[in-house]
Amino acid sequence: MMRHILGPVLVILCGLLAWEVLHLLVANSSLPSPLATFVEMGVLLRDPDFWKQAAQTAQAFAVAVVLSTVGGIALGVLLGMKRLAGQVAEPILVNLYSLPKVTLYPVVLLIFGLGISARIAFGIMHGLIPLTLFTMNAILQLKPVYRRSAAVMGLTSWQTALRVVLPAILPQVITGARLGVSLCLLGVLIGEMFAARNGLGYMVTHAMERGDMPTVLAVALIIAAVALAANGLLLALDRSRQP
Amino acid sequence: MALASLFTASTYAMWLRLAVIAGAVGALELACRIGWVPMTIVLPPSVMAASLVELLASGAYSRDILVSFSNVALAALLAVGLGFLIGAILHALPAVRSAVEPLLASYYAVPTFMFYPVFIILFGVGSGAIIAIAVLLAIVAMITATLNGVDRIPPVLSKTARIFRMGPVERALKISLPAALPYLFTGVKLSVAYAFIGVIASEFILSGAGIGYAIAYAYNNFNNRSMYGLMLLIVLAVTLINTGLDMIDRRLQARLRR
Repeated sequence: MMRHILGPVLVILCGLLAWEVLHLLVANSSLPSPLATFVEMGVLLRDPDFWKQAAQTAQAFAVAVVLSTVGGIALGVLLGMKRLAGQVAEPILVNLYSLPKVTLYPVVLLIFGLGISARIAFGIMHGLIPLTLFTMNAILQLKPVYRRSAAVMGLTSWQTALRVVLPAILPQVITGARLGVSLCLLGVLIGEMFAARNGLGYMVTHAMERGDMPTVLAVALIIAAVALAANGLLLALDRSRQP
Repeated sequence: MALASLFTASTYAMWLRLAVIAGAVGALELACRIGWVPMTIVLPPSVMAASLVELLASGAYSRDILVSFSNVALAALLAVGLGFLIGAILHALPAVRSAVEPLLASYYAVPTFMFYPVFIILFGVGSGAIIAIAVLLAIVAMITATLNGVDRIPPVLSKTARIFRMGPVERALKISLPAALPYLFTGVKLSVAYAFIGVIASEFILSGAGIGYAIAYAYNNFNNRSMYGLMLLIVLAVTLINTGLDMIDRRLQARLRR
């Protein structure tokens, strides 16, 4: 176990060292040192304004995650249970997935206005598709015996989906959810960075405009840490579910 | 014979797909024309297309288009080249690899994009910072694909190389690369997609040129016509490039099952 953690910890230490070197090299040190950034992180974590912004982001993120998880699984089951529908939809979904969705953000803003709902919608745009794809492909690759047994037992298609198919594909759904959650966060943050007056993404762009680099780095690192923790949690869940 | 092949199962799905897309575009056109969707929010697809043709013909955005596409190309090239190199080095050094791999696995959970301001400090506002963030976004997909590809070279091929007494260079060129190619290409495909996302998104947030910048500028000036024309350009370009790469990818994947 110790050796398991030692490697990544060494790599992270090397990264910190490289950061310090970069800080010393960059002209008149506009890049803050790791130490200065960590001090700033401590200041931020005690600042009520930071928590107000974080609450804004968390609210948009939470709603986007719930809606895109429920919607993604439902859509994936719907498309997966009908083979032809899945075949028709898959390339369209893959293409939407690799589209730079920022391009479409102005449309979202025109439809939803500048409030929090635009950021929620943008988060869903990012998080929905990977979950749909994972769920759909898992069902398409499911052994036919599952569906046949359900048919033999006379289950309705609703019962089949809920009692047989969903439990069988749970590991893939969790993998998809892991991807969806990270992309939801990215969507909400980019939304805040482009057009918002609150939230952590706004805090970063606002600090950047003021040239306040320690705040930019501190906020980015806090978000990265939270994202990594959430990912680690889902990864552990993922592994405990693997046969 | 040609007619029969138009109606096999997969081409049937393809025609159906085209019909679904055409239906969606038609429905949007109708909804805009009837007035269900106000023109101030979404323009009818025909107007978007007309605007795209106009702005391509007028050349007003030629510089932005050139900047964006050359940045995407450069970022994808750097990500694929460096990613392959790093992947190959990591594969050769198992100790380093076991230290780095857990970090690579959760890399895409971090919204890398939040670090764009840092690159603006290092490189200034412009292509340097944009290419750097796009490479950062794309490179890990290529590293992972390279590791995966080299891992999956069948042992029998390595034995064959030994029997033919191949040197390391000949072995890499004639055995390892062709055997890993399908996996490497999946990495290339992902890298191109991520490079596109990285470049357009950074142009959008903060820059002085490029299609992303032009769309944000048009949005801020209520110039919906140009905005939708440019959006259509991105959607068409990405779709075209992805479909092309996907066709090559499918062919290579089919080779694996032979």
